Amino acid sequence: MTNVSMTVNGKAVSREVPDETLLSEFLREHLRLTGTHVGCDTSQCGACVVHVNGKAVKSCSTLAASLDGSQVTTIEGLANGGLHPMQQAFTENHGLQCGFCTPGMIMTSVDMVNRYKADGKELTAQAIRGELAGNICRCTGYHNIVKAVEDAAAKM
Amino acid sequence: MYPTKYHKAASIDDAVAALGAGEEALVLAGGQTLLATMKQHLASPSDLVDIRAIDGMSGVSTDGDMLVIGAATTHAEVAGSADVQRLCPALAGLARGIGDPAVRHVGTIGGSIANNDPAADYPAGLLALGATVVTSKRQIGADDFFQGLFTTALDDDEVITSVRIPAASRAGYAKFRQPASLFALVGVFAAQGAGGTRVAVTGAGEDGVFRHVGLEAALGADWSAAAAGGVGVASEGLLADIHASAEYRANLIGVMAKRAVEAS
Ligand SMILES: Cc1cc2nc3c(=O)[nH]c(=O)nc-3n(C[C@H](O)[C@H](O)[C@H](O)COP(=O)(O)OP(=O)(O)OC[C@H]3O[C@@H](n4cnc5c(N)ncnc54)[C@H](O)[C@@H]3O)c2cc1C
Ligand code: FES
Ligand code: FES
Repeated sequence: MTNVSMTVNGKAVSREVPDETLLSEFLREHLRLTGTHVGCDTSQCGACVVHVNGKAVKSCSTLAASLDGSQVTTIEGLANGGLHPMQQAFTENHGLQCGFCTPGMIMTSVDMVNRYKADGKELTAQAIRGELAGNICRCTGYHNIVKAVEDAAAKM
Repeated sequence: MYPTKYHKAASIDDAVAALGAGEEALVLAGGQTLLATMKQHLASPSDLVDIRAIDGMSGVSTDGDMLVIGAATTHAEVAGSADVQRLCPALAGLARGIGDPAVRHVGTIGGSIANNDPAADYPAGLLALGATVVTSKRQIGADDFFQGLFTTALDDDEVITSVRIPAASRAGYAKFRQPASLFALVGVFAAQGAGGTRVAVTGAGEDGVFRHVGLEAALGADWSAAAAGGVGVASEGLLADIHASAEYRANLIGVMAKRAVEAS
């Protein structure tokens, strides 16, 4: 067992967990933050993406013990008063159907827009599709997700 | 996943000692391969020795015209490094094309080459560029380091600390992605520099990454896409699986070699 302390969505948390605990398990089972979804558990689908120290990471493929002292943001930590512009854009552009992939899509997309803005690069529709290579959606066919990201990028 | 014991190594000596002490201890870097293997029970290490917090393990520096990349440097850091973009833009492009953004934020160059997946990108880059792998006990040339499917020259208690890559005068990488895994169905890295003309192929060899003598001779004489296209690539010794036959891969090697030269 290892004592793991992190800041999750701005709050300091600390739990004694088995060393092999994945970040996805730490969030869902120990902190009861079930907004982070586990689709494949084999790092293919991206449903479990969260931000670790500001970067998109697949929480099913990271050990909680290795993240002692880190800052983690999950889908629950994104809305600040109102919805985050990315959440709003997914709603308005019908960027989700069943919603299973949506937390990961949104966390990946926020990270993507932040990186492109920091580098001063243009985020084209084609670039968005490339950046979403690690996020699988079985419902939407992706068109409305790409539209939502373009829409939010203009507002972030 | 079976229970394991997590260690955060404070130094290389500390890591080597922990590897020696554990019953079946393994190095943990990005975990992008190792944790998946543990979930499938293909690996069940008694101990995981995380090397990422060791001072000097991550980051890119230069030694003259030589790039020195710390073993725990992530794919995103290599792709974004101004030194890599200046001295070897083809390598920056290779790193930018690995997996997806989340994998690139965590996966490391040391983990990729230690794993030596037959479809991984870095082995082709390092072999073509004539890189040297620096470990906790020695320096190993890329020609000797990669030894077949998931096999390298590393000993069980040996830790890769950095990779030294000489700048090439010309280099290009082209990859045909397997769209589901994002790995290379075939990838060709072609380079010309102090070590001559070297062409390395990943994704296609039954024994993992390999150099293609015919392409090296043709491009050594004439660095052009036409010269690459004139080389007949045989299908003997190439992988065949549900994704592609050996003949299809042989053809792709020629096509990717042309694109690699065009990109150089
Ligand atoms: C969805 C997905 C897509 C991917 N796509 C690609 C792709 O397109 N191209 C590609 O090349 N790769 C791809 N990968 C693999 C990725 O690049 C991994 O990062 C890499 O294979 C392993 O690096 P790691 O740092 O995560 O190592 P880990 O998983 O931590 O370790 C891998 C192995 O290397 C050993 N090891 C790690 N570091 C060291 C060291 N310093 N010294 C000695 N041994 C060490 C470990 O003990 C283990 O056996 C993909 C992975 C995923 C999950
Ligand atoms: S659950 Fe993590 S990538 Fe699918
Ligand atoms: S909305 Fe159902 S999987 Fe994406």
